[in-house]
Amino acid sequence: MTELNMLEAINECLHAEMARDDRVVVLGEDVARTGGVFRATDGLFEKFGENRIFDMPLAEGAIAGASVGLAIAGLVPVAEMQFLGFAYQAMHQIAGQVARLRYRTQSRFDPAITIRAPFGGGVRTPELHSDSLEGQLANVAGLKIVVPATAADAKGLLASSIRDPDPVVFLEPLRGYRGIRGEVPDGEHLVPLGSARTARPGTDAVVIAWSHQVELACRASDRLSEEGLSIRVLDLRSLVPLDLVAIAEAVDSCGRVVVTEESPQTGGFGGEVVATVVEESFWSLEAPVVRVSGFDVPYPVGMVEDSYVPDEDRIAAAVRRVLEVA
Amino acid sequence: MTRPSDEQRRQMLVDMVSARTQSRRMWNLQRQGQIGTMAPIDGHEAAIVGAVHTLDPSCDWVLPQYREPVALYRYGPEILEHVMLYNIGHPSGGHIPAPIRVLPHQISLATQIPHAVGLAWGLTLQDDPGVVLVFFGDGSSSEGDFYEAGNLAGVLGAPVIFLCVNNQWAISTPTHLQTAAESFAAKAAAFGFPGVQVDGNDVDAVFDAVHTARERALAGQGPTLIEATVYRLGPHTTADDPTRYVPVEDLEAARQRDPIARLRAELEASGLWDDTVHADVEAAAIADIDAAFEKAKSTPLEPDAMLDHCYSQDTQRLARQRAGMLSGLGDQDAGGRIS
Repeated sequence: MTELNMLEAINECLHAEMARDDRVVVLGEDVARTGGVFRATDGLFEKFGENRIFDMPLAEGAIAGASVGLAIAGLVPVAEMQFLGFAYQAMHQIAGQVARLRYRTQSRFDPAITIRAPFGGGVRTPELHSDSLEGQLANVAGLKIVVPATAADAKGLLASSIRDPDPVVFLEPLRGYRGIRGEVPDGEHLVPLGSARTARPGTDAVVIAWSHQVELACRASDRLSEEGLSIRVLDLRSLVPLDLVAIAEAVDSCGRVVVTEESPQTGGFGGEVVATVVEESFWSLEAPVVRVSGFDVPYPVGMVEDSYVPDEDRIAAAVRRVLEVA
Repeated sequence: MTRPSDEQRRQMLVDMVSARTQSRRMWNLQRQGQIGTMAPIDGHEAAIVGAVHTLDPSCDWVLPQYREPVALYRYGPEILEHVMLYNIGHPSGGHIPAPIRVLPHQISLATQIPHAVGLAWGLTLQDDPGVVLVFFGDGSSSEGDFYEAGNLAGVLGAPVIFLCVNNQWAISTPTHLQTAAESFAAKAAAFGFPGVQVDGNDVDAVFDAVHTARERALAGQGPTLIEATVYRLGPHTTADDPTRYVPVEDLEAARQRDPIARLRAELEASGLWDDTVHADVEAAAIADIDAAFEKAKSTPLEPDAMLDHCYSQDTQRLARQRAGMLSGLGDQDAGGRIS
């Protein structure tokens, strides 16, 4: 075990996967010579050279579209969207082409494409750097959506994503890059897609979260434990595939549910989680489910963003609400 | 100038006549309600066949838009079978089997162009000797994907041939409303590689231009943009009524430049073609497409086939949906605990 932040864990994984499989190629804006604007791809250019990692022209659609061609040629592209909000300029390729390559060719080609992107708020970025699009992407059949919350999972889930024969959108929380640290297993570390993780045990209520919201939910759980409350936190780890069994098990055990996410509420993936809770565990519910989320406005500017992104206060307040129901 | 041999020219006319014959057969099948929307090939035959006859199917890839597949005989009879599977709406229509180096045709215009660049780049990275030929139209050249892909191809020097078949119409939009550029070929200047215009009704000119582009690509000299100018002699698709917008005199003038009539007259003058040969080619083409249609209709289709090939393995959610569909109980099986 070595203590790493999420960025270091991602970088270590990319080094290992490129060394393990010479079909893996990395492409994106500023990924090679400067090692990525966050240094996620630091050292890859020096180690693997100009035939494995590529600084691309500034065109997100071409990055996603060329990845389709590279996959058809038998390579394993790991593409970076510099920020997830910029993926809007690639959405026609991601949703219309990357996601459908297997389906429309009936598996002649493995779209073994991983699209990495930092996302999420709290770091005072310019416009369109902080948007949470995971709900939109989860509505695209054919994509897998992976959302790690810890450094160890960042390494283990990224390795699984790169090795997965299906296209994966791998979302990295901006605030977690250097803000989340933890023990990371040395050497090969694989975390399967579609298996949720209990981030905090508990029996009074469960907060279902992903990505950086897991960290905040854990802080809320820790605070509430000082009041004698036992609040479980379920880290979904991937939205597609979704661990239906783990959700049902957590809801059946706790009976009271809060779902938290950063995106706008309407159409957010939180609604899908609530629907799953109702379908799987309606008879176990002891209170209405409460959603915590961003608001139904575009991701706002720096002076007000702390009121937009759910924080541990809002999560704790939501937990108190579901506990108030007799 | 690289001229095709007499035998190549004869074979190209066979392919052109077959393609038009089969396209017209498909038009009739659509009108009978037996297949879905299709895009007639009339007027595009020389541009497509002339280009494809420069390629080596063992190493070169073709990425068609939607009007070309019926003219890709050079890549094998399986292509026609998949045209028919696609057009009857069978899920396997897009599965052109390995090792045929043809992708299923593209409906979302211009999205195939970055795929072509990525594929050509991937060939280079793996020291694969092939080139990639990508078809698109005058309308597609207005899409962002065309510019992003052209720019990327120039930067990479990828072995890709951009073939813009300018048929003068994007459904009802004429070229002067599509671009103010002097030509579509002129757009290559912004990408840093050559752009050339050819008469797309002249199969020899198309053959020469694409042959030259292929030689450049194989020599590591990068991409070429070719604009093959033709005239769409039929409607955009079975769902279009061109009498609303195509000037009658323009269409009549274009018919005088029909690419098949032109090549046929030349071959007849050389003694390489006659009415009997022509009738035989048409009859064989009809027999082939009817056989492909019958084979397509008899291709098995499992009740849950539409759920296959979305993921390499069903997700938990999709597995439940499949079980629900097969059980007849509804959208979900009883994984959701309703009682």
